[in-house]
Amino acid sequence: MSDVQIMTGNQAAAYGVKLCKVQVISAYPITPSTPVTETISQWVERGELKAEYVRVESEHSVMTVCVAASTVGARTFTSTSSHGLLYMCEQLHWAAGSRLPIVLACVNRGVGAPWSIFNDQQDSISQRDTGWIQIYCRDNQEIIDSLIQAYRIAEQVYCPVMVCYDGFVLSHTMMPVDIPDADKVCEFLPPYKPHTILSPEDPRNINPVIFPWQRRDAEGVLRDGYMDMRWKLQHALEGSRDVIVQTCREYAERFGRDHGGMLWSYKADDAEVLLAGMGSIATEATTAADLLREGGIRAGVVGIRVYRPFPRAEVREAFHKAPAIIVFEKDISYGYEGALSADIKAALYGIGIQTPVHNYIAGLGGRDVKANELAEAVRSSLAAIASGTREQQTWLNCVTE
Amino acid sequence: MPEKLFKVHKEEYMLPGNRACSGCGLSLAYRYVLKALRENTILTIPASCLTVLHGLYPTTSVAIPSLNCTFASTAASASGLVAGLAAMNRSDITVVAIAGDGGTFDIGIQALSGAAERGTDFIFVCYDNEGYMNTGTQRSSATPMGALTTTTPILTKQQNKKDMMKIMEGHDIPYLATTSSSFPIDLYDKFVKAKRIKGTRYLQIAIPCPPGWVFPPKDTVKIGRLAVETGIVVLYEIEDGKFRFTGRSKTLAEKGNRAPVINFVERQGRFRKMSLEQLDQFQRSVDHKWNEYMRRAE
Repeated sequence: MSDVQIMTGNQAAAYGVKLCKVQVISAYPITPSTPVTETISQWVERGELKAEYVRVESEHSVMTVCVAASTVGARTFTSTSSHGLLYMCEQLHWAAGSRLPIVLACVNRGVGAPWSIFNDQQDSISQRDTGWIQIYCRDNQEIIDSLIQAYRIAEQVYCPVMVCYDGFVLSHTMMPVDIPDADKVCEFLPPYKPHTILSPEDPRNINPVIFPWQRRDAEGVLRDGYMDMRWKLQHALEGSRDVIVQTCREYAERFGRDHGGMLWSYKADDAEVLLAGMGSIATEATTAADLLREGGIRAGVVGIRVYRPFPRAEVREAFHKAPAIIVFEKDISYGYEGALSADIKAALYGIGIQTPVHNYIAGLGGRDVKANELAEAVRSSLAAIASGTREQQTWLNCVTE
Repeated sequence: MPEKLFKVHKEEYMLPGNRACSGCGLSLAYRYVLKALRENTILTIPASCLTVLHGLYPTTSVAIPSLNCTFASTAASASGLVAGLAAMNRSDITVVAIAGDGGTFDIGIQALSGAAERGTDFIFVCYDNEGYMNTGTQRSSATPMGALTTTTPILTKQQNKKDMMKIMEGHDIPYLATTSSSFPIDLYDKFVKAKRIKGTRYLQIAIPCPPGWVFPPKDTVKIGRLAVETGIVVLYEIEDGKFRFTGRSKTLAEKGNRAPVINFVERQGRFRKMSLEQLDQFQRSVDHKWNEYMRRAE
């Protein structure tokens, strides 16, 4: 029986945590993520969720608590945004390096200076090289479903997962959300089995100093050097693609909702131009595609759901026939271009296609992005492509003089 | 006092062949720390001399489970262990965080203050060798005035050592104590006691460092003793707010025969550029603190 309730993205995330029976939650307040952990604290204090809730003094300590609690075998969660995520940066690396299946909800927000509490994706994009899996959600239903999937993925590949969704646009916007049945979630998500449990019964020194080269242990067995361990993390991230797709498929079978595995597409089959994006801007792009189709332009959308590991094969498959690609994104790799645009182009390298790719930087620090503006951007790009402009970077709705 | 030696736990948790420097005060203290803590303990350790002592992957010289953590996060790591163990119904395990003075007085103070304010059930140990010794003797806020370090290489440190005990006392925790690697029985007794107490417990161990303080490795115990004899290091404990001198400091307090700080200073190369004015200031600061302790002990 379905249980549909109207809720914000933050509430959807909190319900996901509750359904996953998370055992240790640690958090530090930051807008716009705060309501997630406020909601959870109510459940914990009321006894509705049996968990340890550690109210620490900083985000750096938040991720440390998650790392340590996960090391002794607990399922852990936190949520944060913007500067909170950046303050965790060192610990994000530590979590991934320790191969701990921590799940973090990143409620995307712009990064200072100057201060902005509003949405863009510069925070999580800037942490893409920390060894975390990154999933970008397009609506509140996908947030709760992705959180549940995130634990199963993380605990299978022993990599932490960041479930990202746009601040305010989703975090504070009410939408109908179908809350999955708790027993069915338990069946879908088996208990966390750590790769190593730190305990007095089996004394170990976890994460000590390691040399560049391999060394023998007391029994004479050759053990990894630093670089070998790093390769294993890379290998795990690369290998997680199959697990992500399989998890998404199985979730769809059990709960009736398929969010597309690594990426999703909308009216892409016959498209003469493909719009690409992550999160809510990709949802907005579907409305833009409809507007364009009304005007006779066959537009489609490819939404990148998983940004790390990057869906190289799926991107090639999705874009290889497109005559034109327009990437809309809420981040910028300063001195180059949008991170997604660069990655899509890189994925298309070497398969003999010469598709023009135009990149729009949009909605930074919460600047409004409307569907008709995306549609207009596509029209102007198509005109530029027709006159031979194969590459172009445009800052949408921005004073650039 | 020597008869108490027979009460010290016989089991060794520090195995032969650790990577500490010769004459390391930490390795002397750590042996007794672990003997007092025994099994059913999980340690968490930030980047420090102790990381080096514990050895290089995949071997270790310590038979107690330990989780290495980042420099600023020690007490948060302990908080995570406590929460995780509670979630796993393992309330029988004592969580112990051990950091150097840099990891406690400086970069670790925020997480430590947070954990203490929350009343986290763990023991925080600061082994205080008065500087960033693992990275090559840089100045920390625990370095005493007048000491040469590699970041105060010419003019010496101009400020007094931070009074970390006072800061920790401000957190209203049930047990705080100072001790020294040169007084193993005092140290052992305090750790045995701390293990029995619930809540946040803070122990600070004075640790002489031969290469950092510039004295011969054979003199580690002697230098540590001189620190206590001169009242620079004072052995005491504060249990539920009640101050008490212990061991040698108690005797000194009773007899009133503290030695002048020059006896400690003159044996270490790090003080070779200390001015007479600094020496005088050092003596006055030690006297001032000693008098404070005397008043509290009454």
